[in-house]
Amino acid sequence: MGERAFTETTQTSKPGLALPVDETGAPLIVHTSDLTKAYGDFVAVDRLNFSVREGDIFGLLGPNGAGKTTTILMLLGLTEPTAGTMRVCGFNSTRDPLNVKRIVGYLPENVGFYEELTGRENLQYTARLNGIPAQEAERRIESSLAQVGMLEAADKKAGQFSRGMRQRLGIADVLLKNPRLVILDEPTLGLDPDGVNQLLDLIVRMSRQQKITVMLSSHQLHQVQQICDRVGIFVKGRMVAEGNIEELWKQTLKGRRLIIEVQAVPQGQQTVTALQGIEGVEAVERSGEMLLLSCNRDVRDKIAKAVGDAGAALLHLRLLEHGLEDIYFKYFREG
Amino acid sequence: MHGLSAVFEKEFRDHCGSRRFMILFALICLAGLSAVYVAAQSIRSDLSSDSSTEFVFLKLFTSSSGVLPPFLAFISFLGPLVGLALGFDAINSEKNSGTLSRLLSQPLFRDSVINGKFLAGLATIALMLASIMLVISGLGLKLIGVPPSLDEMVRLIAFLLITIVYVAFWMAVSILLSVLFRQAATSALAGMALWIFFAFFMPMIAGIIANVVVPMNADPDTLTLLRHENVSQMASRISPTTLFQEATVTVLTPGIRTLGPVLVRDVIGMIPSPLSVTQSLLVVWPHMVGLVALTLICFAASYTKFLREEIRA
Ligand SMILES: Nc1ncnc2c1ncn2[C@@H]1O[C@H](COP(=O)(O)OP(=O)(O)OP(=O)(O)O)[C@@H](O)[C@H]1O
Ligand SMILES: [Mg+2]
Repeated sequence: MGERAFTETTQTSKPGLALPVDETGAPLIVHTSDLTKAYGDFVAVDRLNFSVREGDIFGLLGPNGAGKTTTILMLLGLTEPTAGTMRVCGFNSTRDPLNVKRIVGYLPENVGFYEELTGRENLQYTARLNGIPAQEAERRIESSLAQVGMLEAADKKAGQFSRGMRQRLGIADVLLKNPRLVILDEPTLGLDPDGVNQLLDLIVRMSRQQKITVMLSSHQLHQVQQICDRVGIFVKGRMVAEGNIEELWKQTLKGRRLIIEVQAVPQGQQTVTALQGIEGVEAVERSGEMLLLSCNRDVRDKIAKAVGDAGAALLHLRLLEHGLEDIYFKYFREG
Repeated sequence: MHGLSAVFEKEFRDHCGSRRFMILFALICLAGLSAVYVAAQSIRSDLSSDSSTEFVFLKLFTSSSGVLPPFLAFISFLGPLVGLALGFDAINSEKNSGTLSRLLSQPLFRDSVINGKFLAGLATIALMLASIMLVISGLGLKLIGVPPSLDEMVRLIAFLLITIVYVAFWMAVSILLSVLFRQAATSALAGMALWIFFAFFMPMIAGIIANVVVPMNADPDTLTLLRHENVSQMASRISPTTLFQEATVTVLTPGIRTLGPVLVRDVIGMIPSPLSVTQSLLVVWPHMVGLVALTLICFAASYTKFLREEIRA
């Protein structure tokens, strides 16, 4: 299934389409240089430089009004940049939007369907707009509906769909044209936790099985951090950090203290002394049932041993400052 | 190209299945059938007294007994309504429901969206008007029992074409308004305002313009009168409603020889014979060109606004 889709994808890519590459030689499916969009005096996107490697899931993260949607609209040729250039799948989105739209699927922020048509009829219209022959279209509609789990609901009028169903139908709609790149604007917005997980699963499956590059925007970090290979953090029209999550995290933590929460039994003075003895731990405090360790580096790997050596058992161990949230807030406050 | 045909196909199917279409169709059918019925009654009573049956079939569409206006008057009143109704939410409703950004992220030119919608509306209008004309001609034929001559048929087809162009003009206006205004209610209202302006206020404004350009004193001489009348007519021809009314009256009433003022000097020695079809068509040709030009202006304006507009969901 995945294999077939993959060969199709490469077949549809146009010859003579040379992707730019980064310093490691990885092909870049999106590449912008000094991309700028101003509305009058207001600069919504400010000299943006970033790239997305082919095959990655890239997360464009930033608070409301950061300029994520504006950037996406420019990438798709739906609005013109004030300055700067970009290449999407090798094409210039401003001058050649049609070629970009042929191979890029886009799920808008508030995706809408023709309410008086059924889900399936909506997809048929998309297929016709893409010039997919009828038979082939039926096949693709069937398979993309199956992928998003909408086969039963597809013959209901789109006006009756819930937010989650619309979002899934939107993904099916995007998959129809065998895209090489899929751009999802806030795909998890307004979904319940179950819905979010299902959708993220779907995105990962799409990316891994069909080798589709995915670029998604979000302001919900912990959701997105699970699935993104790389993220770009976007604040007030500027990309303040870009890289994989590990790297960003290390950067953020440089020179900052970490708090580690520990619970052990027994939790007497002996245990505390043992924990204080770990290199890198600066202080140990009690907070209710927990011990809070301030450290200058991540010492979680040493804690279990220290606790064991002190004759106690470790019940709980947690890094209080964790992941993207930290990175995000660091940049938000400073940005 | 597949973009344009896909949009056309979908929009045409939407129109034909829509309640809006049913209502308009029923309304015009009702107007047409009753107007022709009333006209046929009076024609029949005329026929028994006077044996001339020349152009009697055309009278079905133009004459009235005073109970109901003739079909021609109904159409010139309802036609704009049909055009406005088919286009007033063409673009803005798609913007508001979030389908436009999905549509425009497919590989088609933006003008294909407007063109596809316009052509679908045009096809709908043509279908609607042609079938109504057929139905009421059938009824008329049954009532008066005189079949139309070839001449009359050509005139009726010309009338149908002029009407289609006129309604299409109003649809182009309403598509433009749907590009300009975000709310469908606003664009519908703006369309109505324009329609009322052209139908009721334009003649008055044409008079005012003529008064300014050619001031009239208490006892104007013939030349001044003539110039005044000409200016007034020219000014009112800015209005598509005037163009349509002049054109259809000319086509359906062969007795009308010219649309401008006529001097007694010219009438002396004039043979009171009806114009031939070709002559009538020549008289209305500029009107057709005018209507098409106005339609194209609406298109140009829609393109200018829409083609570079940023579409946010
Ligand atoms: N047409 C416009 N005219 C003026 N300013 C605009 C226009 N469109 C967007 N903006 C501004 O540009 C900025 C970026 O908007 P954008 O929609 O790209 O943000 P976003 O990152 O997608 O936010 P969100 O998370 O809320 O979707 C915002 O401050 C917005 O107010
Ligand atoms: Mg946004």
